[in-house]
Amino acid sequence: MTDFRVEGRGRVNRAKPVSFTFDGETYRGFEGDTVASALLANGVHLMGRSFKYHRPRGVVTAGSDEPNALVGTTRGKGRFEPNTRATIQEIYPGLTTESQNKWPSLKFDLGAINDRLYMLFSAGFYYKTFMWPRSFWDSVYEPLIRKAAGLGKAPTEVDPDHYASRYLHCDVLVIGSGPSGIAAALTAGRAGSKVVLVDETAEMGGTLLSEPSVSIDGRPAWDWLAGAMAELDAMPNVRRMTRTTATGYYHQNMIGMVQKLTDHMGDVPEGAPRERMWRVRAKEVVLAQGAIERPMVFDGNDCPGVMLAGAAQTFLNRFGVLVGKQPVVLTSHDSAWYSAFDMADAGAKVVAIVDTRESVPQALQNDARARGIPIHLGHTATATKGRLRVAALRINPVHNGKVGAEKMLSCDAVLVCGGWTPSLHLFSHTKGSLDWDAEAKAYLPGHKTEDVHIAGAGRGLWGIAAALEDGTKAGADAVRSLGGSAGAATFEVADDRTGSGITQKELPTDRSPGKAKAFVDFQNDVTAKDIRLAVREGMKSIEHVKRYTTNGMATDQGKLSNMNGLTIAADALGKEAPQVGLTTFRPPYTPTTFGAFAGYHKGAHFEVTRKTPIDDWAEENGAEYEPVALWRRAWYFPQAGEDMHKAVARECKATRESVGIFDASTLGKIEVSGPDATEFMNRMYTNPWTKLGVGRARYGLLLGEDGFIRDDGVIGRMRDDLFHVTTTTGGAARVLNMMEDYLQTEWPDLRVWLTSTTEEWATIALNGPNARKLLQPFVEGADISADAMPHMSVVECTVAGFPSRLFRISFTGELGFEINVPARHGRVLWEKLWDAGQQYDICPYGTETMHVLRAEKGFIIVGQDTDGTVTPEDAGIGWAIGKKKIDFVGKRSLDRPDIVAKGRKQLVGLLTDDPKTVLTEGAQIVADPNQPKPMKMIGHVTSSYWSEVLGRSIAMALVEGGFDRMDDRLHIPTETGGTVTAKVTGTQFYDPAGERLKVE
Amino acid sequence: MLLIQCPYCDDALPELEFAYAGEAHIDRPQDPSALSDEEWRDFLFIRSNVKGVHAERWRHINGCGRFFNALRDTVSDRFVTSYKAGEPRPDTSGKEPAQ
Ligand SMILES: [Zn+2]
Repeated sequence: MTDFRVEGRGRVNRAKPVSFTFDGETYRGFEGDTVASALLANGVHLMGRSFKYHRPRGVVTAGSDEPNALVGTTRGKGRFEPNTRATIQEIYPGLTTESQNKWPSLKFDLGAINDRLYMLFSAGFYYKTFMWPRSFWDSVYEPLIRKAAGLGKAPTEVDPDHYASRYLHCDVLVIGSGPSGIAAALTAGRAGSKVVLVDETAEMGGTLLSEPSVSIDGRPAWDWLAGAMAELDAMPNVRRMTRTTATGYYHQNMIGMVQKLTDHMGDVPEGAPRERMWRVRAKEVVLAQGAIERPMVFDGNDCPGVMLAGAAQTFLNRFGVLVGKQPVVLTSHDSAWYSAFDMADAGAKVVAIVDTRESVPQALQNDARARGIPIHLGHTATATKGRLRVAALRINPVHNGKVGAEKMLSCDAVLVCGGWTPSLHLFSHTKGSLDWDAEAKAYLPGHKTEDVHIAGAGRGLWGIAAALEDGTKAGADAVRSLGGSAGAATFEVADDRTGSGITQKELPTDRSPGKAKAFVDFQNDVTAKDIRLAVREGMKSIEHVKRYTTNGMATDQGKLSNMNGLTIAADALGKEAPQVGLTTFRPPYTPTTFGAFAGYHKGAHFEVTRKTPIDDWAEENGAEYEPVALWRRAWYFPQAGEDMHKAVARECKATRESVGIFDASTLGKIEVSGPDATEFMNRMYTNPWTKLGVGRARYGLLLGEDGFIRDDGVIGRMRDDLFHVTTTTGGAARVLNMMEDYLQTEWPDLRVWLTSTTEEWATIALNGPNARKLLQPFVEGADISADAMPHMSVVECTVAGFPSRLFRISFTGELGFEINVPARHGRVLWEKLWDAGQQYDICPYGTETMHVLRAEKGFIIVGQDTDGTVTPEDAGIGWAIGKKKIDFVGKRSLDRPDIVAKGRKQLVGLLTDDPKTVLTEGAQIVADPNQPKPMKMIGHVTSSYWSEVLGRSIAMALVEGGFDRMDDRLHIPTETGGTVTAKVTGTQFYDPAGERLKVE
Repeated sequence: MLLIQCPYCDDALPELEFAYAGEAHIDRPQDPSALSDEEWRDFLFIRSNVKGVHAERWRHINGCGRFFNALRDTVSDRFVTSYKAGEPRPDTSGKEPAQ
């Protein structure tokens, strides 16, 4: 194994060797290396296989724009991550990495057969190939796509890491710590602004880390950099954050940033979060994100060993690694000439500099000749040789558009540069306009929508001096926008490397362009041919070209490919690039973990779990739970050996025969009080309230203004000016919001106060013929005998010594009481009733039994038997409307033509012909089971249960014209292909006369 | 995340504290029964759906609880101003959206 490390170069810590593995082999690097730089130091370029054709791929970049070198990393049990960019992941002792998209091995991969079938997999392949026959979807296409789809392997275990999140406020947020970012931070920091400077990599400096030959203010670049960092760190108003990526730029200068905290550590401190999401609100933002180098598009440009010239320069100067010993440089920009010089000066034998331009500054040519580097101007590249590693580059002269005779250049690396694209992803998030600059052949920031300044290469400037100058100006501008004052600093820069270049489409060739595998998007395997084909097939907008070819749609969001793709599409359309348009960048800037977004909101913290004061008792007594809104409610209380069906049947029987106890604390409760409370209630609810006496209760029905049922609940009148309103469990917040809305905005003149009291009361329901006998001994201050306290009444008294609002109401059809006591007494009262209830074989029941008992009586559950399109008449509860009332919310809508029209769905009962068959809730209903498919569905089952007391199944359903279908037989097709037949009935299945309420 | 000015709290606070509540300045008719079916339909369902400055209701639901009105540009998603319920829509012609 050859060592490509260069003595005396780079910033890695040579005193700290680090061993890690890649595909099972152990490699050695140094502290400060990335996986990519360490592998390159060991002569390894081949790092993965491509997504579609499984072509061998090597590293292309040295940063977060890397499309090829994606690896799986393992950081211990359960800690596997696919698609980690090898150019970002730092190495540490014990790090385990593996290549992706290969089988059985990286060097010999069977999936590469796709590469041989290249002609079949062209643009729009998915759209064309998988269109028909339809039956092929399940059996052929989907399994095939599923197998082939996706980059890397998805983790199979639950992520054991935890993720933090924090807010941050600052005056000036500087994103990017190259020369312009540092200059901006220095300037704003010196002016006293609260500054945050962030960079996605482990070390600040940006381009300066790759260009140590420049000197600033008379000091070598790296000395100047160290001084700048020290100065920033000495300022208490400046915070520096490395390994922190600004992933999204949102409204009003809110920036989402993800800070990697432990992925670079071998020994992770116990309990340390892996990443932290920062939500930053900055008064001013400086974007100093630099520019992204573009590849050249030519046949074989994806061969391992072909990489960006700027990346090679970074690997050499920042990491001390020569990416090749005999590189060819292929460029259309001056910058790559400097990469060639650095490589030569570090001991590489640069085979040649091939420039597509016919004229290049004389000074560069002189510098090349002084190093003995051959120059080929006005040349194109037409092929590479080598499969797992580049062995030669085929070049040809181009004269007056004619491609001349080939020449093969043997090499071990091809360093390309097709120009630079200003990195404006975050600016694009803000909907700032990007304007085409014809001279720079680039999109540059135009109209701004946020308080943002763009500095340096991000707006097309080139060279360290220009970046520093522009950065300090941006910093000063930001300070002035904040009302402060700051002067721009001056910097003396020597040995700066300025330059320019051109942008071009795919390089001309003497071979058939149709056969060229000239890649534009490495990650999605999109070639120049694909883009031209898309245009030929009618895609005129770049948005269509993008979707048809998938160019720029991979996880790198086209950082390398968008401009090349656009240039080629524009050429195919015979238009200028700005006429073809630009695709939109969206957050996140780079792939971001779900963990970072989820933060603390996982597991039990994902959502609040509301528990009643009696919840503990239910848990101790073996309750099964079901979630209702945010509450967890006791669902049923199984005894040994019971399933749900048996437990519910027993609970129903016990309640109907003696007494059941039920925790109803989750019911929404709202106090409506004030001199105009009655008027308010009259306007909100359908029912009349004026004549409801103090101490009486009434079923209240709430509609929307559209006339549809929104909520219901029993409402007690406590005083002339005080109503105790109950709502459904899930509807409490919604109802209060609706009441507040009308009170605040429509009737602000009403003197009414609304208070949510849901959690102030524990509510215990006793139902069954023995309910009063059980309760009576506990009650003081009220007579609850049948005569003194009729059905639908309420009284204030004490129960077991606790102050109480005691209702006599029934949601079961049995004699029933609901005892409200202050929440803190709920469990004590429950246990007292429980103990005393033993003589009546008291039975605790859950929500399932509650549902069955109410369904036997035909009581609706809003949201189950109604769905937001059901009127009171539809639900068969038109009696709840105060007919003499002039107005209430929703009243006018009850006269709308479509509400009074025939054929509306109405709530009816269904009794199956086979009494043992329990229908499926949600099942569709048809009038004729023999009609051809698709059948006309006339309704659906809303509630369906086994009724123990009736010894048969019961159901409710919403059916078109249901009230006119009494005793008709309807049909319910089942999941298994059969049909159940049922008779239409009323909804009061049990004790329709209400005799059971009359217990003395 | 937007910052929204609550005219009652007199403070610009994060969007998380607020709930949207539909178009503003649609008063419930004094006597709905006097409206034709078409007029009632329009009150219920017909909204302006403007491209540009939209008068809309918000509630500071996780704050003071008050409903208020705001002008927001539906193109840029920027708030122009906010004002108390019951106040007339301010004339903001020619005014740049607030930052
Ligand atoms: Zn407020």
